[in-house]
This record gives sequence, C-alpha cells and structure tokens, in this order.
Amino acid sequence: MVGHQGITETFTLKSLTDEEYLLPGNAACPGCAAVMAMRIGLKALGPRTVLIVPACCMSVAQGHYPKTPSKVPVFNTAFAASAATASGIRAALEMKGITDVNVVCWAGDGGTADIGIQSLSGAAERGDDLIYICYDNEAYMNTGTQRSSSTPEGARTTTTITGKAERKKDVPGIMMAHRIPYVATACASYPLDFANKLRRAVSIKGTRYIHLLSPCPPGWRYPSEKTVEVGRLAVETGAWILYEWTGGRCRLTGPSSGLADRSRRRPLEEYLRIQGRFSEADPSKIEAMKKRIDEEWEMILELCKG
Amino acid sequence: MIATGNHAVAYGVKAARAEVIAAYPITPQTQIIEKLSEFIEKGEMRAKFLRVESEHSAMAACIGASACGARAFTATSSQGLLYMSEMVFWAGLGSFPVVMAVVTRALAPPWSIWNEHTDMLTQRDAGWIAIMCESVQEAYDSSIQAFRIAEDRRVKQPVMFGLDAFSLSHTSERLELIGQEEADAFLPAPEGGWKVIDFQDPTTYGNMAGPERMMEIRHSIMERVKDSARVIEEAASEFSRISGRGQAGLVEEYRTSGAEVILVVVGASSGDAKDAADALRDEGIRVGVARLRVLRPFPAEKIRAAVQGCRAVAVVDRDYSFGSGGIIGQEVASAIGAKPFNYIAGIGGRDLSVADFSGIAKDAISRAEAGEEGREIWWGIKG
Amino acid sequence: MVVLPVSRGREGAGGLTGMWRIKRPVVDSSKCTKCHLCWLFCPEGVVRRGSKGEVWIVYEFCKGCGICAEVCAAHAIKMVREV
Repeated sequence: MVGHQGITETFTLKSLTDEEYLLPGNAACPGCAAVMAMRIGLKALGPRTVLIVPACCMSVAQGHYPKTPSKVPVFNTAFAASAATASGIRAALEMKGITDVNVVCWAGDGGTADIGIQSLSGAAERGDDLIYICYDNEAYMNTGTQRSSSTPEGARTTTTITGKAERKKDVPGIMMAHRIPYVATACASYPLDFANKLRRAVSIKGTRYIHLLSPCPPGWRYPSEKTVEVGRLAVETGAWILYEWTGGRCRLTGPSSGLADRSRRRPLEEYLRIQGRFSEADPSKIEAMKKRIDEEWEMILELCKG
Repeated sequence: MIATGNHAVAYGVKAARAEVIAAYPITPQTQIIEKLSEFIEKGEMRAKFLRVESEHSAMAACIGASACGARAFTATSSQGLLYMSEMVFWAGLGSFPVVMAVVTRALAPPWSIWNEHTDMLTQRDAGWIAIMCESVQEAYDSSIQAFRIAEDRRVKQPVMFGLDAFSLSHTSERLELIGQEEADAFLPAPEGGWKVIDFQDPTTYGNMAGPERMMEIRHSIMERVKDSARVIEEAASEFSRISGRGQAGLVEEYRTSGAEVILVVVGASSGDAKDAADALRDEGIRVGVARLRVLRPFPAEKIRAAVQGCRAVAVVDRDYSFGSGGIIGQEVASAIGAKPFNYIAGIGGRDLSVADFSGIAKDAISRAEAGEEGREIWWGIKG
Repeated sequence: MVVLPVSRGREGAGGLTGMWRIKRPVVDSSKCTKCHLCWLFCPEGVVRRGSKGEVWIVYEFCKGCGICAEVCAAHAIKMVREV
C-alpha cells in the first residue's frame, strides 16, 4: 500500500497528479483550508480511499444529494462516530478480502477532540487500521463558530465573546499517549509536507493520526485570500509546530525544523493581528497562549531527542 | 441441547455466518457476546469481533460494515440501547440491514437489571423490523430468520429481536439446532446492505438532502418496512419447512376461537398467559391468547382478526409511555378501533405469573360484564 | 421503490459557485513563471495546468477567494472586480 501511482518517492509540486478527486463547485466557503487540504490529500492517497466524514464543515461542503464533489467513496456518519464507523468499514473490507485500500476519517476538531474523542480513543486503543485526519479550524465552524476544546486561548467565538479562557487541548499529545505507530501535525499552507506525511502514513499499519491546522476565513475573521498566509504565520511564529512522531521518536518538519531556537521565530503578534478573532483578546489570555506554546515546544523538542 | 436464551442467540448468529460483530457488554446481554467471542477465538466462527468502547460505537461500526456489504450483528439492552439510539435511527433511516438482539430491561433511574419492554419500544419509530421472542427455541430460530428478512431485497432494513431479561435471556430450555448446510441454504451468502462503499462505483452516502428530496427517501423506507410483513411470513414458513417445527409469523393465536376474553401479550410471559388460558378454559371461562411476535411492522390486521368477536380485550403492557399509556395497548386500540382493558404489569421486572394472567383475564371479563369502557389498570400495584 | 441517499461525483455539487464571486482572477501569462503555486493552493481545483506548464482558470466554479493571486510568486494574477 503505497502512494497513488504506486511510487514511494517524495511528492513534489510537479509529481502530484493532475487528477482531481475533489471536483470544483463544492459548497465550502471561498478560501477554505479544509477543502484545499482535502484536494491535495486525495492526490496523495489515491482513488482506493474511502473517506468517513462525521458532522462537520466537510459534511456540508459536499453539497446536496444527489450530487457530491468527491470521486472517491465517502461515507457520512454521525458526529461522534467517525472512528467507530471506520473501524467497522475496515473489519468488513478485511472479511471481504479487500486489503489494498485506505480507510480515512476526515473530521473537524469538534468531532475529534470533543464529541468524537471517545470513539477515536477506542479505535486507537484497539489499533484499528485507519488514518484519522483532524482538520482543525479551532471551533465548531459548521454551526457558526462556537468554541471547541481546540479553540486557542483568547480567541473570540460566539460562545466565548470575551475570548476563550481555557487552554487549547493537545490532541496530538493525547494520540501519542495511545502509543499508536504514527502521529503528525500538518498545516494546509504546507500541502507537500501534508502529502508526504500521508505517503508515509499509508505505508504503516495500525492507527495513524494527522492533525492539520485549517485556517478559516469567516471563523478566524480574515479576508479569504489570506488563508495560506495565516497558516504560514502560524508555523513561522511557532504557534503551530510541524512534526512527525513515529516509533516514539519525533522530528520537526518544514519550517518548524529551523525554529527550535525561539529567537528565529517571528513575533506571535504577526500571527494574531491578522485575525479578527484575537483583536479584542485579553492580554492575560495571550500570555496564557504563549506559555502553552512554549510548553508544547519543550515537550516536542524533548521527544525529538528521544 | 439445553441452552439459555442468550446462548441460543449466539448459536443462531453463528449459524447465520455474521461477519462483523461489534458489541459492548451490558447485563443481561453479556453471555450473547461472550459466547460469540468464544466461537470466534476458537476458530469455530469466521468473523471480526470489534471490542468497541460504547454501544454508540457498536452500532456505528455495524453500519460501516453493512455499508461494505458485510453481515453485521450487535446486542444490547436498556441504557446501552438508549445510548446507541442515535445510531439505531441511523441504521433504520439509512437502510442498513444490521441485526440486533435486545435483552429487554428496565431503564434507570433507579438502576434495575430486571425485565421490562420499554427500552426496545423507545426505538419503534426508527425504521427497524422488531420481533419479540417467546422461548429459547424461538430466539435461535428468529436470530437466523432476522438476517434473511433484513437482507431481502424487498426490505434491506435492520431487524431487532427481543428477549425478556432473565426470564428468557438466562432461562435454560431445550434447544434444537439446524445444520450448517440448512442454514446456508436458508440464508443467502452474506450480502449485508446495499454496497454503498464500492471502489468500482464510488459514491457519497448520506450527504445533505433538501426538503424537495427527503420525503421520497422516507417513503421508500415506509414501503419496505410495510412489505417486510410478507417477507417475515415467508421466512417463517420456509424455516418451518427446513427445521421441521412450526414457526410463528406476525401474531400467534392460542385458543382464540370462541374466546370471551383475549389476552394480548408480548414476549416470554406469553407462555404463562397460555397456561392461564388452559386453566381457565378448564373452569369454563373461554380465554384465548394473541401473542404479538412482531411489533414492527405492527400487524394491525392480524390483531383485529385475532380479537374479533370477543367480549373483552386485555392487553398486557410490560412498558409504559408516561402521559399516554401502555404502548402496546395504544397500538392495539388504534388497530381495533376500541380501547381495550390495558393492564400495566410486570414493570421493572415485577413477577407476572400464571395466577396473574388468570386474575387479569377474570378481571377483564367482569369489567366487560359490568359494561365498563376500556381503561388502563396498573396490576398488582401496592398501597 | 428504493430511494437511497447515495450521490455521485459531479462538478458544481454546491451549485454554480462561480456566481458567488465579486472579483475574478486574471492570469497575465507574460509574467507567469509556471511555478504552479496557484495550482497547488487553489482550494477548488479550478486552476488547471497544461502539458507545457501553462495555467488557466475554470471560471464556472471559481469562487474568487483570491488565494491564487496572493500566492503567485511572480504577481502574475490580478483580482479584477466583476460586480
């Protein structure tokens, strides 16, 4: 089970297929990072991929029956149930002797960190053979931007008008604690990094988890053309760390590999001020965010030594 | 052999060659899944057992499996069934022919592990075919028939079948198995649901359907659940032929001919109702029993026919819908166009004996003779 | 009759999304260096690349998000008001 054209070589901009598995004219917002990432992700995964999508923006982005933008099989399921549904799908495919397919959950942060965390944990503990991709737009965007446990400190949402007080939940860290064979972070602004992480994930059996930062124009309050820039600033300021953890060892990827030294990171304010959701953030909450980012860097750098 | 109701179900599911079993333990269902686990781990049954972390995930996994064309099974009870409920509706509204055993148990609070039918009845709107078993033999026979009914192309809807907690799930009775060859001939090769996950013909299942599309989807389910009545009877008839023993269809009538009072009952205590009918008949009181084997599709015509001509219809509900009444009582009332004497009994596992059924029958007759209208009576309530 | 909620892959599953936009991207091929960043980052897949590396846009479904113009290293794409 290897990448799309049966190649194990690194994906490059030129080598990614021109085949579109996510057809144009889907119902996502203009500038949506989630469909941006899914389009590239499917080029990396190839057509022998079934996507399991719980309630989230991606459910609605599929548009209305009897149409869908997807050229690969997609199974829509209930909010809490993507990992469990995927487990059942994998079991059935194995019983039918179909083993050369990718079973991939594509879920938002709500369906992963909150309502979906039980079934995700269950699948990971059982080691069910699936790839779980959480596209994290840091709130319940599909229902109009209410906070999730993945919303960062200080972010304004409709249920945290004065900015979220609680710490952003470290879901990749939770998945590492399950001791599954592959955990990685990604960002829609670094599509080749994402594609190559998928390429590596596909070659591993068991539960594989990728947490992808997915900037959201209406929810994060920035003009749609800035999606790629926002994601880049997340990484360049150190707010989002790109890494890959496998076999208990971590390595930084993309621009993050040069940012262990804090002085090389751009000031966090550059990332925050481009987004309206932080415009009225309490300074103490921004301090809390900075502290959390430092702690995450510390933990990841420690794991990189391992 | 001698087996409990729970074990009988496991033997049936094994004979039916279920392929994916996803289940979470709950008293009094545990022996079903434990026995199936044993069959699989010993290599006697070729299937995947997903030890899921909740009932909601159990049904989600079964649905996923069914969507790939696999034969999926789960079992639960009470709290587990209600926790699973979102996905129970997903299976029914999505036309996934999953089969599920429900060991009917009272709901909490307070905690109760004892028998009551309310749990299973809460799911009656979900688009599932629902069968209630009377005996260990029927539990085995029905479990095999369930897969055939579910996967029949005229149906393709999920099927649940119930066992009364303890009085059937944990009660040992004689059980005759059919041979694997007979089971294989009775059931088609595992086909599960419509194969909506198909790499040759990639589709998206279940994205948004607007108001201009939804009614036709639901209408299709309505037709197939309605038509399942015939499929249920065909399956019973065919199973009767291969097993050499009679099978009940939608409604089982026992000594209803010329009856003055008919007890309408569901599940394991039907046996006691029949014993009461025999005893009363010996006393000269003409009592009959109409056992509802199938709750969905509700066999209105059969019930109407069964109770025709009697003076008193006594429906015994081991369930309740607060603010309304006994659930079976209401559905029978709707079918026969008259309010029966609706006995609410055996709630929370309170004993319902032959003597109780005799008492109920006599009570119904005397009320009918006194010219009373049909009404609700809580039987055996203290104070 | 069986009616199941099963959908098939089509362009325009969300409608004629080209009608959503206020501005449209216009590629100046004289400036284009064929780096294909626009092709990579278009969320919709409406930027196409040809055998000679040239790019063009399928306007029927372009939502006018402006990402292609932003990421273009050669500033070869301009967002032009339509409405």
